[in-house]
Amino acid sequence: MNVTRRHMLLLLPAAAVAWKYVKAGTPASAPNYKTAEHWWGMLIDVPKCIGCGNCVRACQAENDVPDGYFRTWVERYHVSDYDIENPVVDSPDGGKKGFPPVKAEGGKNFFVPKLCNHCADSPCTQVCPVGATFISPEGVVLVDQTYCLGCRYCVQACPYGCRFIHPQKNVAEKCSLCYHRITKGLTTACCESCPTGARQLADLKNPADPIHEFLKTHSVHVLKPNMATHAKVYYNELDGSVR
Amino acid sequence: MNSFKNAGHLFRLAAVFAAGLLVFLVIRGFLVPRSFGRYGHYRGNAIAELAARPVNFAGHQTCEDCHADVLQNKKDGRHARVNCEACHGPLAKHADDPISLTPPKLDTALLCVRCHEANGAKPKTFPQVASADHSGGLACDTCHQPHSPAIVAEATK
Repeated sequence: MNVTRRHMLLLLPAAAVAWKYVKAGTPASAPNYKTAEHWWGMLIDVPKCIGCGNCVRACQAENDVPDGYFRTWVERYHVSDYDIENPVVDSPDGGKKGFPPVKAEGGKNFFVPKLCNHCADSPCTQVCPVGATFISPEGVVLVDQTYCLGCRYCVQACPYGCRFIHPQKNVAEKCSLCYHRITKGLTTACCESCPTGARQLADLKNPADPIHEFLKTHSVHVLKPNMATHAKVYYNELDGSVR
Repeated sequence: MNSFKNAGHLFRLAAVFAAGLLVFLVIRGFLVPRSFGRYGHYRGNAIAELAARPVNFAGHQTCEDCHADVLQNKKDGRHARVNCEACHGPLAKHADDPISLTPPKLDTALLCVRCHEANGAKPKTFPQVASADHSGGLACDTCHQPHSPAIVAEATK
């Protein structure tokens, strides 16, 4: 018995060293940008969208999104006068090359840009078994691709269909709200390239951001509010038929 | 003291557990990234790594630093609030090295119709043309200057 206890005493310092490794962490470096000072979202002004596909192309160029996959895309809705609950939606190649002429007569037609809603209560981050996807301190839903297993739980958990598995990397991929841009004081690639201002990056923690005045004075909705995801992509004048 | 006669079993068992715990902690110490759990249940350093990626779109502010003439030309026109890179594409590389990397001149026949080709789903207030009827195949910049597209009558020039 004495022998075991002596060995135990010898092993205790080793255990202490191991514990130090468990507890330790290296601080993230981000000069002039404090995560605690921001809470990011986006405003989509639906009546301003012309379906040009600039955002889709810009996103692809900025983020190396593989062909046929989309971090953001544009849908065209056709809502018939007689069946407003069942709109006809098309999005050829995500709207990247624009849209063909409207065929259907009557009813109403409009474009709806879609992207990750950066939900404050995101279902996708909750299901990740390894902690590879998370909500950053400033409310951006991100994927740590070096840590992702590619198990696809998050892809099926997203109620908005905003995630996909990267065909070459085999890990989850999604809109990062151009995290590498917004932390440098730039706007997202899609907002930068939107010619009509239909997309606007919004910092909800910045009292000077025009989003606050806009939310007060406009009829703004989020997608699938019944899912209680607390989405932070706000749609101005969103038609009730949009899913 | 009879009741402690066989206590050795318990000590051996405790030693096995302690050794197991130690092995677990050592392995965990090596396998779990150091920054994991710093801000939440994820690798804290991932935030800085994601933020460190280079940008492709330089941003409107960067364009303004050099191209004040274009800005002056644009400011009263209908395209005043269209960012440069909305048409010219991502040009961060040009901003980093403006001399050797110059963007190609754009083909207005292809570019303008991306936004201005008539489509029933576009907002009614947005200026649209059926390009085939409107220009008869001429490039848009024959008549319109893209930076300030309204056609100014000769007399007022």
